Amino acid sequence: MNNMQTESMFGTKAESLLLMQKRARLSIFWKVIFIFATTVAVLFLLLLLVSVIDSIFGYAVIRNEVNISELISGTSSLDEFSRSQLEETARNNLSSGILRRVEYEKPITERSDRELRALIEQYIIKPSVLRSWGLWGSITKQDEIGAFMANQEDSYLIFKSWITPDFLTNDQSANPLNAGIRTALLGSLWIIAITFLLAFPIGVGSAIYLEEYAEDTKLNRMLQLNIFNLSAVPSIIYGLLGLAVFVRAMEGVTSGAFLTTVADTTANGRTILSGGLTLGLLVLPIIIINTQEALKGVPDSLRMSSYGVGATKWQTIWSQVLPVSFDRILTGTILALSRALGETAPLVVIGASTFISVDPSSIFSKFTTLPIQIYQWSARPQGSYRNIAAAAIIVLLILLLVLNSGAIYLRDKLAKKKRMAA
Amino acid sequence: MTQRHITHPFGKKRRLHERIIETILFLFALFSIMITVGIAVILIRESFLFFSDPEVTLVEFFTGKTWQPMIGLFGFLPLLNATIMTSVIAMLFAIPLGLFVAIYLAEYASDKVRGRLKPILEVLAGIPTIVYGYFALTFMTPLLRSMFGQETVEIYNTASAGLVIGILVLPMIATMAEDAISAVPQELRLAGLALGGTPIETTFRVVLPAALSGLSATFLLALSRAIGETMIVALAAGAGPNMTFNPFEAAETITGYIVRISGGDVSYNSVDYNSIFALGLVLFVITFTLNLISRKVSNLFYQEYE
Repeated sequence: MNNMQTESMFGTKAESLLLMQKRARLSIFWKVIFIFATTVAVLFLLLLLVSVIDSIFGYAVIRNEVNISELISGTSSLDEFSRSQLEETARNNLSSGILRRVEYEKPITERSDRELRALIEQYIIKPSVLRSWGLWGSITKQDEIGAFMANQEDSYLIFKSWITPDFLTNDQSANPLNAGIRTALLGSLWIIAITFLLAFPIGVGSAIYLEEYAEDTKLNRMLQLNIFNLSAVPSIIYGLLGLAVFVRAMEGVTSGAFLTTVADTTANGRTILSGGLTLGLLVLPIIIINTQEALKGVPDSLRMSSYGVGATKWQTIWSQVLPVSFDRILTGTILALSRALGETAPLVVIGASTFISVDPSSIFSKFTTLPIQIYQWSARPQGSYRNIAAAAIIVLLILLLVLNSGAIYLRDKLAKKKRMAA
Repeated sequence: MTQRHITHPFGKKRRLHERIIETILFLFALFSIMITVGIAVILIRESFLFFSDPEVTLVEFFTGKTWQPMIGLFGFLPLLNATIMTSVIAMLFAIPLGLFVAIYLAEYASDKVRGRLKPILEVLAGIPTIVYGYFALTFMTPLLRSMFGQETVEIYNTASAGLVIGILVLPMIATMAEDAISAVPQELRLAGLALGGTPIETTFRVVLPAALSGLSATFLLALSRAIGETMIVALAAGAGPNMTFNPFEAAETITGYIVRISGGDVSYNSVDYNSIFALGLVLFVITFTLNLISRKVSNLFYQEYE
């Protein structure tokens, strides 16, 4: 080997050693960067959850409009009131209008102690939140909390969990302390039901056509391309579509006006039906794509053996292909529905109600949903609305978690059953 | 699609009800075309109503620097500008980070690590955007304000919204880019290593260039997603059009405007009502074009390696 020549090409031995070291260092540098980037990505998920959880616990400063001791002297908590004292307090202190309404809904004598306490708290004591801190702030900002309390009269500090059983069952309310998400939860469930009824049959049908029947023609290629495009259209565009088609053009149908039996037609077209149909269109392409993936997983040998014993095409699909792929179709559908459950923008556009205290009773009712509730509470500047927004987010995330783990559980169970049958 | 599907031995000679079923399924498949046509027809028709209003002209719409429907000024540049700002900030943040995560997952992580990380990314991708909006408002904005000062950073600003949109599209970029990188044939990697390249050099000089079209398709799709993102900007970017290039100032995006106007009680056939459809049309055209290009590029890519 000609040493001179090698040196002129690659430099001296020392130089090439240096180069090798530099390359090795560069390798380590980039690997650190890659691992750092991945850590940052995981960190964001944690931060997201932590920032939500942080807001649902913490100190809150509360002021009562009427002190409890003013109602019955010598007491400091409603729990100390006897049954007769509760009834008496309610009768004596409620304004006549509210009292009449309350008696009409459910007479005071028939209400339980717990209901009476809630009633007195809401209409007579009227507590309001002056300021609230998150969990982190409650631990680290003791001085600030102390200083704030020192300047306050007639108010008291409590450590509060904003997510409570009452939060799930209460109506909407202008006061964060007794606001709840019952109407929003019910609205979400109604909407998801409509979404499923529209998108599941059409989605699975389309997928069967595209996977099992469609020849490789121009039209069918266009159908496929169109589905991919639709799945990437921003959701707010579906909202505009729903607004123009379901809310306006089909107002007679979606408001329930064509049925004379439906008394509440004040909703005009902005009903659960419109919302559900809009979200149905939104998740349709996702269900089609997921179902197609499921059908692709079915081996052709199954189809051929079915044809071999004389089954027709549809018999093959109905009794061989669909049962085998059903678990995956179901999982794909549930994933699509959880997308619909968290969707906000299209429902805001078609005009979900900002404030309703009546539970939805039919598909022609006005509605609000959990994500919309979160949006409205987050958008308010007052601190305590942030707390209940966070509490509603936790409920939404738990709902999604249950839905998704349910899908995985079902899939595993069905897959096991399939293996046993085989 | 269906190149591989097998035909029935009796071919077209089928019973009547078999053909009826096929027709019904075909009609179901056509339904998705009707959605696209419906979107196009409605956006164009309502936009036409908007532009036929005497107060509005096409030239003003595309060149005007003020959007104030109250006094009859309809220049959509401030809205477009804010949309571009949030999207660009999101991309500047998410493309490098997402690409690095993808390289790590595809080329360096062990199967065990990959098995743990991918579900985490899926969870991130499954969280509703409204939660990200809350995160932008209650975490990112205060963070930016404490870093750069309360006076420089407004309560509502495009930087916070853009960064959180970046976090939102991060898992999407990471998983799609990982697919593109994994699709590069093993032979190319081996050849790179055989020529004496270190694994990192092979990644940067052989694998990434080979995956370039797949990666571009990913980035385009992520951009389209960022442009169409609504709830994050509605909560964190600010309410009110503002022609500014300062990312720490409040500025309303196209999607933010649509949500704000339709969320209030707007009466049908008013200029306000029609304007959201005109803006929707602009949004639809931009995102649809990006999606189409992305699809074409990605088809090219996967054909190359089939």
